[in-house]
Amino acid sequence: MSDKPESNDTDPQDPRILIPGSEINPRREFLRSAALFTGTVAALGGGLEILTRRPGAGSAEAQGTDFVRPARLLGPYDTKEAVTPYQQATTYNNFYELGTDKADPARNAGSLKPRPWTVKIDGEVKKPQTVDIDTLQSWFPLEDRIYRMRCVEGWSMVMPWLGFPLAGLIRRLEPTSKAKYVQFTALLDPKQLPGQRSNVLDWPYVEGLRLDEALHPLTIMAVGLHGKVLPGQNGAPLRLVVPWKYGFKSIKSIVKITLTEKQPQTTWMSAAPSEYGFYANVNPAVPHPRWSQATERRIGELGRRKTLPFNGYADEVAGLYKGMDLRKNF
Amino acid sequence: MSTGDARPGTPVAKTTPANRSYRPRRKAASTGWLVPAITVGGLLPVAVLIWDAFTEALGANPIQRATLQTGLLTLTLLVASLACTPLRLLTGWTWPARIRKALGLLAFGYAVLHFLIYLFDHGFSLSVMFEDVLKRPFVTVGFTSLLLLLPLALTSGKNAVRKLGFQTWTRLHQLVYLAVALGALHYYWGVKKDHVPPLIYVGVIAALFALRFVRRRPPRKKVSPL
Repeated sequence: MSDKPESNDTDPQDPRILIPGSEINPRREFLRSAALFTGTVAALGGGLEILTRRPGAGSAEAQGTDFVRPARLLGPYDTKEAVTPYQQATTYNNFYELGTDKADPARNAGSLKPRPWTVKIDGEVKKPQTVDIDTLQSWFPLEDRIYRMRCVEGWSMVMPWLGFPLAGLIRRLEPTSKAKYVQFTALLDPKQLPGQRSNVLDWPYVEGLRLDEALHPLTIMAVGLHGKVLPGQNGAPLRLVVPWKYGFKSIKSIVKITLTEKQPQTTWMSAAPSEYGFYANVNPAVPHPRWSQATERRIGELGRRKTLPFNGYADEVAGLYKGMDLRKNF
Repeated sequence: MSTGDARPGTPVAKTTPANRSYRPRRKAASTGWLVPAITVGGLLPVAVLIWDAFTEALGANPIQRATLQTGLLTLTLLVASLACTPLRLLTGWTWPARIRKALGLLAFGYAVLHFLIYLFDHGFSLSVMFEDVLKRPFVTVGFTSLLLLLPLALTSGKNAVRKLGFQTWTRLHQLVYLAVALGALHYYWGVKKDHVPPLIYVGVIAALFALRFVRRRPPRKKVSPL
């Protein structure tokens, strides 16, 4: 042990390792530098990639079977805009129960088992019941609906859903005179939905609509997408689709539908009350507190589009909100 | 995208045949590879990002993904540059101090790239940018952070310390603390709900800042590594 503050020959952490002897071997010196250079490049470059790179999900194999259904006709509510390809629609999802990254739901959807599946219907209805998903589906003829879908984060898609109007289901259950709202509850099962092990939101996910919104002919319960059975990452086996509202209103993997007298407290309202309101109608004039809602990126396009009031469905739904201050009821 | 003047060559005297006479008994091995290696390694993610863009590995919303990744690279490299001094104080190693400038300039380069991708996202519309900067705190702090890094990048050259004087230069470069804090806040306010990743950055930054006040002198005796 010397007291000299000199670097020594044995400390591998010291890049100035002293080479014993009076002559430096230039060839060995070059090789040593080259090896250290390469190692350092790999270590720093690799470390940065691990910390920051999150590649998108690979190609999603279309799962499930095709629905047998009549040749499609454009219905009155269908948009003629280009449909978002299946690959993008099924690998770029917000479904926090399957992970918070956009690619997570497609990767983790294998753990979600859409059969057997029952839906409990209760609250202010004359015919409360628990019904199997296949039975529920058999009550209504399936319809194609090509809808725009606008996420609160500022991106949008065009989705060819398969489903049935929610109005038919609600009428079948015969709401009582007290029913003013519909509350939807998603599956709570950390085994099937591993994202529920993290408390990024309060589980289960809860959403709600005013009864007249739920009865509106645009509002559907979807069981399919692109002519195929709904994939897990898109909310199998049963999800809500409310095309004039931000995407988070269209709750996925529903296990319970409750008609209520009071306005339901939804998951995102609890998470950030100043940012996510009960109505959440798509509105370019009302910015999210932290970002603008004036424009959106349609997935697959490089430029941005102007966001339309009520996501382009103003003619159909603006009447529902007559006399309401949509800045206050955001 | 440049890392400015991160040149090979280090402040430590290299043993070359020319200066061999300075240290007649022992020869230090070359460390000329270090800063170029940090520069190349730090730029590797740019190559991967371009590759990802062409192979559609950025997912369905590539611009958003590229924005996020360049932002994270900025923050990560800033944190790495801030870790240099505490690391030197704690270990007595000298190499952290020699790569600090390269890491800082890489961080600045990624901050500029992040900003350019953001501008591209909004069609290079300056009116949208200024509205964002003025109206949205999350953009305001990010933009401020970028502006703070600018004078630091401009005074990273060898002559800057001499021109400004050591004290002024040191004072100026302490702005990096404000820049990294605003950068972390920008990240925190930018995410919708999953606050864990930004909080990890906040924690690391706070820890590094605390270590600043750990005044450990570099060990004079080398502890033999196991």
